[in-house]
Amino acid sequence: MSTETPTLTKKDFQSDQEVRWCPGCGDYAVLSAVQTVLPQLGIPKEKFVVVSGIGCSSRFPYYMDTYGFHSIHGRAPAIATGLKLARPDLEVWIATGDGDAMSIGGNHLIQVLRRNVGVKILMFNNRIYGLTKGQYSPTSEMGKRTKSTPLGSLDNPFNPLALALGCGATFVARSVDIYQKHLRETLERAAAHDGTAFIEIYQNCNIFNDHAFAYMTDKEARDDQTLYLTHGEPLVFGKDRDRGIRLVGTELEVVQFGDGVSAADCLVWDETAANPTLAFMMSQMLPPHLPTPVGVMRDVDRPSYHRQVVEQIEHEVEIHGAGKLEDLLYTGEIWKVGEDGAVTSF
Amino acid sequence: MSTETNEPVVAERSVATERVEDVVIRFAGDSGDGMQLTGGQLTSTSAMVGNDLATLPDFPAEIRAPAGTLPGVSAYQVRIANYDIHTPGDAPDVLVAMNPAALKKSIGDLKANGILIANTDEFTDRNLKKAGYESNPLDGDGLAGFRVYPVGLSTMTRRALEDSPLDFKSRDRCRNFFALGMVYWLYSRPLTSTTAWLEDKFAKKPEVAEANIKALKAGYNYCDITQAFQVRYEVDAAHLPAGTYRNIMGNSALSLGLVAASRRSGLPLFLGSYPITPASDILHELSRFKHFGVTTFQAEDEIAAVCSAIGAAYGGALAVTTTSGPGLALKGEAIGLAVMIELPLVVCNVQRGGPSTGLPTKTEQADLLQSMYGRNGECPLPVVAASSPADAFDAALEACRIAIRYMVPVILLSDGYIANGSEPWKLPQIEDLPDLRVDFHTDAAGFQPYSRDPGTLARPWAIPGTPGLEHRIGGLEKEDLTGNVSYDPVNHERMIGLRAEKVARVAQSIPDVEVFGEPTGRLLVLGWGSTLGAITGAVNLARERGLEVSRAHLRHLNPLPSNLGEVLAGFDQVLVPEMNCGQLAHLLRAEYLVDVSSYPKVQGKPFFRSEILAKIETLLGADNVH
Repeated sequence: MSTETPTLTKKDFQSDQEVRWCPGCGDYAVLSAVQTVLPQLGIPKEKFVVVSGIGCSSRFPYYMDTYGFHSIHGRAPAIATGLKLARPDLEVWIATGDGDAMSIGGNHLIQVLRRNVGVKILMFNNRIYGLTKGQYSPTSEMGKRTKSTPLGSLDNPFNPLALALGCGATFVARSVDIYQKHLRETLERAAAHDGTAFIEIYQNCNIFNDHAFAYMTDKEARDDQTLYLTHGEPLVFGKDRDRGIRLVGTELEVVQFGDGVSAADCLVWDETAANPTLAFMMSQMLPPHLPTPVGVMRDVDRPSYHRQVVEQIEHEVEIHGAGKLEDLLYTGEIWKVGEDGAVTSF
Repeated sequence: MSTETNEPVVAERSVATERVEDVVIRFAGDSGDGMQLTGGQLTSTSAMVGNDLATLPDFPAEIRAPAGTLPGVSAYQVRIANYDIHTPGDAPDVLVAMNPAALKKSIGDLKANGILIANTDEFTDRNLKKAGYESNPLDGDGLAGFRVYPVGLSTMTRRALEDSPLDFKSRDRCRNFFALGMVYWLYSRPLTSTTAWLEDKFAKKPEVAEANIKALKAGYNYCDITQAFQVRYEVDAAHLPAGTYRNIMGNSALSLGLVAASRRSGLPLFLGSYPITPASDILHELSRFKHFGVTTFQAEDEIAAVCSAIGAAYGGALAVTTTSGPGLALKGEAIGLAVMIELPLVVCNVQRGGPSTGLPTKTEQADLLQSMYGRNGECPLPVVAASSPADAFDAALEACRIAIRYMVPVILLSDGYIANGSEPWKLPQIEDLPDLRVDFHTDAAGFQPYSRDPGTLARPWAIPGTPGLEHRIGGLEKEDLTGNVSYDPVNHERMIGLRAEKVARVAQSIPDVEVFGEPTGRLLVLGWGSTLGAITGAVNLARERGLEVSRAHLRHLNPLPSNLGEVLAGFDQVLVPEMNCGQLAHLLRAEYLVDVSSYPKVQGKPFFRSEILAKIETLLGADNVH
């Protein structure tokens, strides 16, 4: 990076557009975290592009004073892929929601993850359709009563992290709107990842699904219900940090310290493990019997798609030389017709 | 001539050589018989000797339909001429039938007294039954109106390849080249082009190349030695305009046109595509041109294909997506987005028979109205159409020109007939190609993302990475100039008007439609797309017969050329033949209040020249002029 890059501040990333989310929406917190982190990356502002689909969270680009593209429902990963392939020099971030990414755009999400295109995906998960005023979403819990499911939802919800891991995603993390410091750290980690970075952000919709994550975010419950994943550290949690997660056979279980049991008996978290099995098990940890893990579940290296696309082109240019249009047209079986009508073949 | 003349004749009898102006040859066989390849070789060879030509491949959607059945028949028709021709011919002079099913499907088309070469080895009871014949048609009088040459193509090929190291089955697969050799002898074609092609194609399997070359020569020599045919034909080189030529298929020409546009604009080409018949070959072709800086992205679906192209366009690439009718339907919403965000995008629709999955491998022009109107809201965009295989090159360049100059998505229409057909292409001089150079907007002073060029109404192309031009685009209605989201009712109406006016102004940069024949008169035949050949042939013939008829052909379907209304008003009658139920006719009536006569044909097949000629004669009350 050039040393001449001016120091950027949060203000530089705030657009002049009035933010129109409902007062109290969790989106504000995510916006603030992103606007705080991006200026600190040492990347010129004009290199950032935020691409979104449709939904409350997809209004995100309007509030960022970067290049932004508010596209159509579910298609942000496809648009971002084209952009990143055409312009690998750009930092492409996707703002999407649980409906946008997991329902209408499900195919594009799994494809971008398997390809490992170098884009960052912020999936705001509020477990509800907000912009269409309160229908159940693909992450809504079973039995949920909403406008479209007055008798309770019958759909088994997606587990976004398990889905991402199943796609072979190389960076998978979870954070929470109001865990500001944690969210910023997670965003920084995503920014540093070369392939696709997928972050599920628990985000409260105070209008249509208020308190969806209160079981873990309420001050009193937070330390007991949240498991912070730290690479290389044993999995310890609780207000008094007196509990941990242990691997017994093929199950993760909570252990209370004491009686000879200590942090040393807990699973040491390895986000770089080549085998995604433990990350998958971690993604399946569900309340109320297990704390909800947040942090980086997986961060592994795999060649990113956009780099390989560029390399293929560069390799071909190296072998064949940069193509000349004349050669392309005047090739194969060609023949000449003279002014006298005489035919000469080559 | 009768059928008994196929008896081997005494060697000393000399064979007469007859010069013909043109000939139509059809190879028909099983999907696995290599008919497309065989026809393609006859095409290449004829191109190399300077004939004008036109081709019509006709193959089933199934990759390998059950052998010997009617649905499994694959055919390739080529017309070779010593003059400027426009169509692959209405009816074949020569039919090569590799099995009974092929015979059954094509014999109705063969001209009276036409030559039929039939592979007797395949006329077994079982195959006859599969084709629905109760008895062997080669034995009865049913084919008395043709010159029938029953030849044991398989037996002869096996005999020729007795020394080949190939297994029995592989040897049998060379029988199409035996048949090709016979046709080469019959029409005095040189073998060199095909032998060179085989040597190149099977460079790594020389035994395969050798076997096919042997079969080709055996077929040729069989005719030479046995003098099975009493007459041998010659078709002289056509008097094509001076220049360098290459035989080209429509999908290839379209691909090359896109690469040319990339070079002439200085923009890297990005193709986002999802495989679909009959457009996939464009994806295949362009994926071979990586050293031209071409990025090809095989997306997960049609929607991702167009969306990836939109993303690339946003980044400053020459962005293209290729598809066929069903895919265009899926892309509709995203194309609307491209209209809203006003970025250049070329959507190539190689039309096929519809609706729904329809007839994937057959041709049709029934997506014109979908192209015009198939999006939500008021969403006009320019539509251009290729009219022949070689013309697809120019049409692609024109679509790119409009997209770039007007910052707008453009639909480029081709069809299955153009895509898979081929013709000689007079290669352009590179310096004669349009200059499509682009200046991205870079000046931050007073930058407004939705300000407009006063002439074209194009908005500036300000690509990410440009300092000071950070701005937001999207599918929500834009405020004039600023591009900010706006729900203002008057602004909405103004923006709809601006987007429509921008498309309308494309007319200022396109040539007037040209009338061939008298500029006014009793009858104008107006067409668009791949009907050009049949219309031209029919109108030329009608005029030779003294009928007062002119013709014109549209490259631009939206906007229409500025002078079209005036042209239409100059004729008593306007005939519009189209491979749909009258879609252009519908547009013309709406636009000009002209009562055009629609001539629809939706059989998955191109028009015959004779069909259009008959229609002209009817309209002019000249049915009896012959």
